[in-house]
Amino acid sequence: MNIENFLLMRQELVLLAVILLLIIGEIFSNNKKGLLNFAIGIFVVHTVIGFLPMQEGALFGGMFKSTSLIHLFKNVLNVGVLIILLQSADWIKEKVVPEHKSTEFFILMFSSLLGMYYMISAGDFLMFYLGLELSALPIAALIAFETYKRKSAEAGIKFILSAALASGTSLFGVSLLYATTGTIHFEEVAAIISYSNLSLLGFIFFFTGLAFKISLVPFHFWTADVYEGAPIGIASYLSVISKGAAVMILMIVLFTVMKPFDLVTHNLLYIVALATMFIGNLFALRQQNMKRFLAFSSIAQAGFILLGIMSNDQLGVATVVYFVGIYVFTNLAAFGVVQSISLQSGKENMDDYNGLYRTNPKLSLVMMLALFSLAGIPPVAGFFGKFFLFTAAASQGMYLLVFLAVVNVTISLYYYLLVIRAMFLRKSETAIPYFENKIYMKLGLVLAVIGILFIGLYSPIYDYIFEISKL
Amino acid sequence: MDILTLFVTVPAITILILVFTKNLKQARIVSLVGMTVQALMSFHLVYAYFQERKINDDIMVFVKDMTWFEHFNIHYIVGVDGISVAMIVLSSIVVLAGVLISWKMEDLPKEFFISLIVLATGVFGFFISTDLFTMFVFYEIAVIPMYLLIGIWGSGPKEYSAMKLTLMLMGASALLLVGILGIYFNSGADGGALTFNILEIAKVNIPVEAQKLFFPITFIGFAVLGAMFPFHTWSPDGHASAPTAVSMLHAGVLMKLGGYGVFRIAMYLLPEGALIWSDFFIVLAVIGVFYGALAAVKQTDLKYINAYSSVSHLGMVLFALLMLNRTSWNGAILQSLSHGFMTAMFFALIGMIYGRTHTRDVTKLGGLLKVIPFISVMYVIAGLASLGLPGFSGFMAEMQIFVGAFQHEDMFHRVATIITVSAIVVTAVYILRVVGMMLMGPVKNAEFENLPKATWFERAGVLLLLIPIVFMGMTPIWLSDMIRESLQPFIERMM
Repeated sequence: MNIENFLLMRQELVLLAVILLLIIGEIFSNNKKGLLNFAIGIFVVHTVIGFLPMQEGALFGGMFKSTSLIHLFKNVLNVGVLIILLQSADWIKEKVVPEHKSTEFFILMFSSLLGMYYMISAGDFLMFYLGLELSALPIAALIAFETYKRKSAEAGIKFILSAALASGTSLFGVSLLYATTGTIHFEEVAAIISYSNLSLLGFIFFFTGLAFKISLVPFHFWTADVYEGAPIGIASYLSVISKGAAVMILMIVLFTVMKPFDLVTHNLLYIVALATMFIGNLFALRQQNMKRFLAFSSIAQAGFILLGIMSNDQLGVATVVYFVGIYVFTNLAAFGVVQSISLQSGKENMDDYNGLYRTNPKLSLVMMLALFSLAGIPPVAGFFGKFFLFTAAASQGMYLLVFLAVVNVTISLYYYLLVIRAMFLRKSETAIPYFENKIYMKLGLVLAVIGILFIGLYSPIYDYIFEISKL
Repeated sequence: MDILTLFVTVPAITILILVFTKNLKQARIVSLVGMTVQALMSFHLVYAYFQERKINDDIMVFVKDMTWFEHFNIHYIVGVDGISVAMIVLSSIVVLAGVLISWKMEDLPKEFFISLIVLATGVFGFFISTDLFTMFVFYEIAVIPMYLLIGIWGSGPKEYSAMKLTLMLMGASALLLVGILGIYFNSGADGGALTFNILEIAKVNIPVEAQKLFFPITFIGFAVLGAMFPFHTWSPDGHASAPTAVSMLHAGVLMKLGGYGVFRIAMYLLPEGALIWSDFFIVLAVIGVFYGALAAVKQTDLKYINAYSSVSHLGMVLFALLMLNRTSWNGAILQSLSHGFMTAMFFALIGMIYGRTHTRDVTKLGGLLKVIPFISVMYVIAGLASLGLPGFSGFMAEMQIFVGAFQHEDMFHRVATIITVSAIVVTAVYILRVVGMMLMGPVKNAEFENLPKATWFERAGVLLLLIPIVFMGMTPIWLSDMIRESLQPFIERMM
């Protein structure tokens, strides 16, 4: 192996360099506020470098793989994290910098992102597991970052317990798979594995672990509590970055390794998808706290993603990646508005949003776009994402499932409209007064909105994703 | 840019300019100019259409095809035939009248006009599209602004009505989505590529099993918007709560999307499904016609009366479409157009009466003919047109519907037709009842002795709607020509 091969790991290496630079910066810098700009700045550089084209290939005997699709997905994660950083910048300035913990914040977040990279690039179960752990542990610390808040600490504990349980379960599943096949390489497992009770058990345990990550029903109980307790930036990180990466690896493993279990996978996903959509949606109906609201809405969205995964071919992969990409921007726009309002006024309930349009029209419009995109209303991107997911499912003849999914879309429209009702229809004496967002927050929101408007209508993006969607 | 795409570009540009307006005066001028241009364009389109027809006998003319999502074979395809041209003219006139009627919209004027024109963009886009996907996109764009329009500027239980309307219509569009996907994945039945293009699909023999399954789904998906019984319940509540211009647009234009979609997509693309299911849906349509008329008799709120009357009239459109012959189809389209102008006029007048008297309860009103003569006379004319007096548009439409319906000789169709015909009598009852109670007799309330006369923009708006009603009644021949030719492909596909 020569040194050029390491360029396949360019994303990881650059991110590692970013982390090291931060540590060095911490040592030499006296200006703690400047560190924030420094961190965001070098992450922007990292994101830009990420967009340079990269070769496909494998490293370490197939342990680490890089394809165009994975590369693209890492870029989506990068942009997502960048938006989160921009949206959280004010929060960091106000709450984190005075406690001299800003470097920790960035290092933890970037380490977790590094873990995601390795997880989705994994070519065997060992790499997968390392990535999974590396991505989960720093998040637990981040969730409990506001240590002076009881809820934050509680959420941290909840997350670490369920994450540990989930990865333990996954690991157990992997060990059973190893027991039946004698190897942990994806390709070799795929060649050897056959349908037996033991391997089936292994597969189901493995799936369960990832289901925790994606918060599929019935493994979703931690979601709402953790989202509510965590700082909002971290909640959005959990809901888009963490979930997106887990969806990606689940899809890779299902499509490449678990071929013999097609029928089981199909039935399993069918039931889980239905349960996830219905339970996520029905619980979201009555939520008052915006973070819990978005938590249940993101559970329901995960159910829709499963429709694409079930279609099990190139079309399925393309639509899922496309949907996740759109979902990243959409959800970040929604979370961004919640965060900006929470930071200004400390208010996080739906009732507090009454009359928001009349005092803060721009923010309300961003929220409306985000909610329409989540609900799948044209011409914003969410519509195209959902339509194509449903097309992928219908291409396999699952019309009933598509029908039930669109019933769910209608249910979800109800609660998304509740927020719009609060902002646009209601008038309130105690509406949140007008405020101007700081520059970073504005940038974060604008980036997200551009994504929402652009990705759907501009069709070459989808065609490109379809082109490279080979696992 | 081609002649049809302009119909969505002009509203879009109007919206863009509206974003920068500062107050009511600017907003309404911009909207008026934009929509006047739109109306002039639609008149020009009629002329251009006749010119084009002389040299071009394709099913659709002015076709423009651009690839959108290559892999799904989704295209942006526009094209019109006589039916869509007529619908475009209807829409542009009603929208223009709606802008005029909203001349004094004080609360959030900019947002009001933007929402109104977004709705209009969706409607125009829907009528010019000949690609299922594009059509569906425009359909949803047309529906969603209703929530804000009713919810913000409405009256009464507006939050409830807005939510009910939106959820029912979006639920219907969910059904529609399944139907469209079903059609799409069966469009390759003859070995061709999957396509959303309506004209391409119309050449394919979709398997009967698939037609049987997807026809009712697609049909109901559209018919909900056409207020088919028992899915009509959103309509009276929605109309009652909506502001005037929105009621006009909604009853006049938006509900036409339903009938148009049923015809162009469900029946045209799935003809055998239509044959199998027509009896079932005829029953629902007949119930709708009769039930709507009876409910209108019982109501005392003017808007509810007209909302139920719409249920009845649009039930008749569905009834005529399901009769599956040329004469009744011709009648169905005329009825759609006539009802569009008429109901828009009704709602405009009701808005004016309500604006002056602050009540829509017919039992409290009386003798308005003496107080506000212009509005009252116009109301009488609209009423007479609605009950099908010869000389107005309604007569031409209903006449053809029933002539077509009587061509069926079997018992089932006969009974259905006779019930529907008898509903016309009930229509006369509720129209004349309102005219008698509200316009004739002594003025019941002293406050109503001195109501302000109709203003110039109100007169302009109403006259704009009256002209086509009279025109269609007196010289229907142009319109009939335009429609009859365009029905040919439907006949060929169905037989």
